[in-house]
Amino acid sequence: MSGVQAPQRPPQLDRQVRAVGLWRTVGALLRKELLVELRTLESVPGMSLFAITTFVVFHFALNRGSVEGDLAAGILWVTLLFAAILGVNRLFVADADQGGFDAFLLAPVDRSAMLVAKALTLLAFLVVLELVAVPAFALLLLGAPLGPALPGLLATLALGDLGVAVIGTLIAAMAVRTRARDLLGPLLALPLFVPIVIGGARAISPLLVQAHPAGVGGPAIRWLLTLGLYDLVFGLIAYALFDFLLED
Amino acid sequence: MAALEVEGLSRHYGEREALSDVSLSLAEGQTLVVFGPNGAGKTTLLRVLASLLRPHAGSVRVLGSSLPGEAWAVRGRVGLLGHEPLLYRELTAHENLSFHARLHGIGELRVRELLASVAMDGRADEPLRTLSRGMIQRVAVARAVLHDPELLLLDEPNSNLDPAAVELVAPLIGAASARTRVICSHDPSGGLAEADLVLGLRGGRPALLRAAGEVGREEIAELYR
Repeated sequence: MSGVQAPQRPPQLDRQVRAVGLWRTVGALLRKELLVELRTLESVPGMSLFAITTFVVFHFALNRGSVEGDLAAGILWVTLLFAAILGVNRLFVADADQGGFDAFLLAPVDRSAMLVAKALTLLAFLVVLELVAVPAFALLLLGAPLGPALPGLLATLALGDLGVAVIGTLIAAMAVRTRARDLLGPLLALPLFVPIVIGGARAISPLLVQAHPAGVGGPAIRWLLTLGLYDLVFGLIAYALFDFLLED
Repeated sequence: MAALEVEGLSRHYGEREALSDVSLSLAEGQTLVVFGPNGAGKTTLLRVLASLLRPHAGSVRVLGSSLPGEAWAVRGRVGLLGHEPLLYRELTAHENLSFHARLHGIGELRVRELLASVAMDGRADEPLRTLSRGMIQRVAVARAVLHDPELLLLDEPNSNLDPAAVELVAPLIGAASARTRVICSHDPSGGLAEADLVLGLRGGRPALLRAAGEVGREEIAELYR
């Protein structure tokens, strides 16, 4: 071992050490996040299994052939949000427990990169969750193929996911350094998710009426706009607050 | 020029005072060794100097920049090797160093050089959780010097390392590295041999601050009684 030569300090390295751009940092963080999830499978499988199990429970508990309208929309959104909480709770755990926060804070990078990367990570987890959960929901509870309702449903889910990702990242960053993080995350996140449940459920409710599978004019535009506005407001709040959450 | 200028530094955690009225100055290229029993404030001092903790009183200048106001100017110029390796257990040594290299805007060549220099190139593709503590510490050394920092903050850097590994990492974090260093140590002989300046802490307060040549081993031992 002692025969190995240490590298000389390269003179050009001083020029290489420089502030790294936001998107390059986001890319590095995102790549790390996905690698860690692929190795541990700690978040997405748990979220997906939770959603499927919940649909099975509803299937038997409601004791009816199918659900539609408000009830169907409510079941879908509440299940997805509770499943999302599992991912929110795990989002910063590896960083807090293994020193990733400190390593990030020591680097000459824009700290907003962590907000963007974590929100994109959670968004990716939610997309995978919904790829599993939505077909399971249709199979176990709707009793009819989604068919023409699908584009409107996807648009609503995309807006809802964006809000969940941003709010979830903000709350996870707040909760992770506390001793009661497993409790505090859901307690803080769920009230902030309520407007997403309301907007999301109202938007897709007309799509899930079996008499009019395509709804009347697609998802309720007013509620889609509400979701979009909520995403925008929390995006700005998260951008303004996130640096302070990482500080001592 | 002084690499470190600390005047009246205090830092507390809630009611407990971790550091109180610490003042020192360290020239570029010199080594400060900090002695003191567990809980004396050594790690807190390193974290303040790394800009990870805010000073609650006093002034701190690191590499010419005032903390915490100009912390952005210090980031990327400091290497921290603490009790935690700051590495992800599920990633390999190579993936961990590549991740840190991207955060510092450093190329892949430097990663490979450092893996070889800490003799981890043969096991670079194994997840960290499968490696011994000594191996993880070698990767942590590579991580700490990856960006060629001007100031090294080392918290018992040789812990978990066998004598051969200590020799192996010496060119990177030892006196031969020609960097300004702050080392927390419990080893009077080894610490005094490395030091230009010695700081002894007890209960967060400075109990000793002198040039290394003026400090005897007995005085260091006294800090722990």
